[in-house]
Amino acid sequence: MAELVHRITAHLLISVTGVAFAAAVGIIIGILLTYAEKLASLVMGAIEVLQTIPSLAMLSILLIFFGLGNTTAIMAIFFYSLLPIVRNTYTGIQSVEPFLIEAGRGMGMNTLQVLLKVQIPNAVPVIVSGLRISLITAYGIVTIAVLVGGGGLGRYVYRGTQTQDMGMLLTGAIPISLMAFLTDLLLNKLEGLLNRRVRTANTPEN
Amino acid sequence: MVIFKNVTKTFGRHAVISDMNLEISRGQLAVLIGPSGCGKTTTLKLINRLQDLTSGNIFVDGKDISETNPVELRRSIGYVIQQIGLFPNMTIEQNIEVVPRLLKYPKEKCHERTRELLDMVGMEPSKYLGRYPFELSGGQQQRIGVLRALATSPPLMLMDEPFGALDPITRDSLQDEIKKLQKSLGITIVFVTHDMDEAIKLADVIILMKDGKIVQKAPPEELLANPANGFVREFTGKKRIKANYDLDLVHEIMNPSVVVVTKEKGFAGSLDLMRKRNVDSLVVIDDAGHLEGVITVEALLGAAKRKRIGTIGEVELLKVPTIDQYAQARDAFSIIIEKKLPFLLVVDNNNRLKGIVTKTSVVKALASIVWKDENNE
Repeated sequence: MAELVHRITAHLLISVTGVAFAAAVGIIIGILLTYAEKLASLVMGAIEVLQTIPSLAMLSILLIFFGLGNTTAIMAIFFYSLLPIVRNTYTGIQSVEPFLIEAGRGMGMNTLQVLLKVQIPNAVPVIVSGLRISLITAYGIVTIAVLVGGGGLGRYVYRGTQTQDMGMLLTGAIPISLMAFLTDLLLNKLEGLLNRRVRTANTPEN
Repeated sequence: MVIFKNVTKTFGRHAVISDMNLEISRGQLAVLIGPSGCGKTTTLKLINRLQDLTSGNIFVDGKDISETNPVELRRSIGYVIQQIGLFPNMTIEQNIEVVPRLLKYPKEKCHERTRELLDMVGMEPSKYLGRYPFELSGGQQQRIGVLRALATSPPLMLMDEPFGALDPITRDSLQDEIKKLQKSLGITIVFVTHDMDEAIKLADVIILMKDGKIVQKAPPEELLANPANGFVREFTGKKRIKANYDLDLVHEIMNPSVVVVTKEKGFAGSLDLMRKRNVDSLVVIDDAGHLEGVITVEALLGAAKRKRIGTIGEVELLKVPTIDQYAQARDAFSIIIEKKLPFLLVVDNNNRLKGIVTKTSVVKALASIVWKDENNE
């Protein structure tokens, strides 16, 4: 039992670290791209290529640079998470109602203040949606990362398939599915909550 | 307050505003109106430099705005837009305090001002401060939009079709409120609309535009009475006749002579006054003319049965509905009819008694419409 809890924690921790890392870089790239729209499709195209690399291939390539262990898993998650995060940040900011930006400018906010006080806060629901997708993808990647020496629930799944032990396999698979399900549920709820605020405020219905 | 000198604004090769000269005096509510594409919104946005002019000069409060920092200029001018533009991620309090916080006003001062503003429009601060915009109706949202623009008491406020998206009843009451606020605060407002009714109701001066030029600038009455040309006549349309009715506002149709007493008036004297003036109630005011309440003959006699009465200050006064002197006359009529009131008292924004509207006033006002209507046609 203690081992299971330990592995669940590890699984979560590796996923969250990778996504957090990608968020730190991706959100900044996403924001910068809104100021360079011509560059946006180019950069996003490049990031999209990363997404098309099969996860096993990605892990093996990264293995060369980062060796066996969790670092390789985290790096893989980082590259896979980049696209949803960059794309959602970019579209989130782009889709903030122009009149909100005008209201901010009209009241005397400078460009940075409009970004920090108006654009980013109102893009948050879309950005959260990107994080949700990334995190759920990450759970899957960590599972496979056992092949490159990563920790987490993948060990159970791997051992289970090797020894044809269904119980062992499920000990790994069930918590993973549950984690994915709960993450989706919680972040979706958060998104809905944030969205309600943003959307209703934009359409006064008297 | 706002002066345009030979102002031209072009987008590409197309002149949106051409060689405009305009002066809006301090304390006025100037309405820019015209068909869509006439340049009225552009004109407004030139004032706070959301648009930069191509040539010419604009002076706000004597200063050439091209020499000011646009961000600082905008912070000193109130701005209200049609889509309201409350920030959905901020509470009502945070929304109202956007500009004060940009200007780094101390927190306590901001909070105090915000409460004062909410009180001013009759919105309970404790109830609304912590709410988010989506929890408010459209009308309430735009009230907050206006308060947000007033937060730093700017001498000048720009309003771009602020009530265009609201339903007619909400729009009407917000128009009343903005007019009241403008008069009591003495601010200058430049107001864009495409609604002639709104312009006539609000404007001290109407600036009618077409194709980037001013066609006529005049107070509403004059615009309606002496349209400069066919375009003005057509644009103002049927309103021209309506203006002749002369019964738009309550103070124009009320009876200014009301039988009033102060609380110091004696019991016998009051009864005597009622008998002489042939009325069954008296309006009680204080020395400064503020409305205290109403006392009826029944209440007076009833109270007298229970105890000795020296002055009428000892009798409990009746609270009665009132209406603002600048409200629409038809609102006064509908209140009288719906609530089956014998009369409705007219007050100014300080609750000072100005007059009275009775059923007789209604009949007289209606008669004058019918009578004038025949003359016009």
